[in-house]
Amino acid sequence: MTKVVVLLDFWLSPFGMRVRVALAEKGVEYEYREEDLGNKSQLLLQMNPVHKKIPVLIHNGKPICESLVIVQYIDETWKNKAPLLPSDPYQRAEARFWGDYIDKQIYSCGRRLWTTKGEEQEAAKKELIECFKVLEEHLGDRTYFGGDNLGFVDVALIPFYSWFYAFETCGNFKMEEWCPKIVSWAKTCMQRESVSKSLVDPLKVCHDFVLPRRKTLGLD
Amino acid sequence: MSKEEVKLHGFWRSPYSRRVELALKIKGVEYEYIEEDLINKSPELLKYNPIHKKVLVFIHNENVIIESQVILEYIDETWKQNPIMSQDPYERAMARFWANFVDQKCLPSLRKALWGPETEQEKATEEAKENLKILEKELQGNNTFGGERIGFVDIVANVIAYWVSVYEEAVEKKILTEEFPALCNWRNEYVNNSIIKETLPPREKSIAHARAKYGTSKASS
Repeated sequence: MTKVVVLLDFWLSPFGMRVRVALAEKGVEYEYREEDLGNKSQLLLQMNPVHKKIPVLIHNGKPICESLVIVQYIDETWKNKAPLLPSDPYQRAEARFWGDYIDKQIYSCGRRLWTTKGEEQEAAKKELIECFKVLEEHLGDRTYFGGDNLGFVDVALIPFYSWFYAFETCGNFKMEEWCPKIVSWAKTCMQRESVSKSLVDPLKVCHDFVLPRRKTLGLD
Repeated sequence: MSKEEVKLHGFWRSPYSRRVELALKIKGVEYEYIEEDLINKSPELLKYNPIHKKVLVFIHNENVIIESQVILEYIDETWKQNPIMSQDPYERAMARFWANFVDQKCLPSLRKALWGPETEQEKATEEAKENLKILEKELQGNNTFGGERIGFVDIVANVIAYWVSVYEEAVEKKILTEEFPALCNWRNEYVNNSIIKETLPPREKSIAHARAKYGTSKASS
């Protein structure tokens, strides 16, 4: 590979999008490589032998795996621009806690929401809304979770905005009704080029991936 | 100068609160330990941890932090002596990656293998051993995951170093066997380390509790 920074990714992965946003915020040039998850490349298997998953950031030939580990690596390596984590240890701890919360709750509830139906789906939807409400309370009156600027928690959460339309369609609800502050926060984030260029079209996520998948799974 | 307040709400059997104690001891930080009763959690605990209501809460002056790995990084960044993490971004990324591997992959597979439903135990044991093989390779003949001395990953892997052998004895099943020589060596060094020894719960008491909770299927057959 010729580029110093390479990202192995999959277009609609919220985890991959986190890395794209972080790299864009820092103005880092990189080579994006789309993986076929049904036919993973030798490079991916070699760079992430433990999990064989994307995203993988390869910097000067060395792989870094796991999206939030990658985001912290990016923040610590390209220190001169757009700090994502604050410098105060307590604020950093807070940010890491919420990043972990998003990882553990949002992804799994969201996944259950679009891969199930009936009562199971209703339960997943309720749980997902609850989680967003908790995040909404944590956001409070701030523009970003990072305060005046996009921070670690914003980067961890914003990719799921690409999935809102899919969640809403599958669960037959509107995020705006339940978590208006989260929706307005997301729209604020989307005004930044680093975010709007890194996230994928929510309609595509829904119509090109989620709904066809549900059909294959026999859910619709 | 006002006195610093450092408090830890923990539970004697919990490897998670022991992780925090180990980090504080490595750094020589004085702290007050409050033993929590899991059934009757203290009002202070519930006040500090309303979302998860989990036992481990770390308090430093007005700062309240939960989740052991988050606490460990906070401790390392606040008290800079005897660092448990490297300053190099790549090495820090590796430490975080392996700590996640231990917590998210190894521990659940070990739990399932040791006391999961019997019908699933064979498959669970296979998976647990696969994960241990990966850790064995990562250790690569070093004495610790931290390289030269106890570091972030070693602290997080305390469950593997100590609690696994406790449960192995309680349920009469061995998972971390001689087929993992580097891990066995690491484990021996770990439990005999003078600082770490102070942070381990009493062995017999731990085994008795584990036997009562998980050993029943063997005991009654």
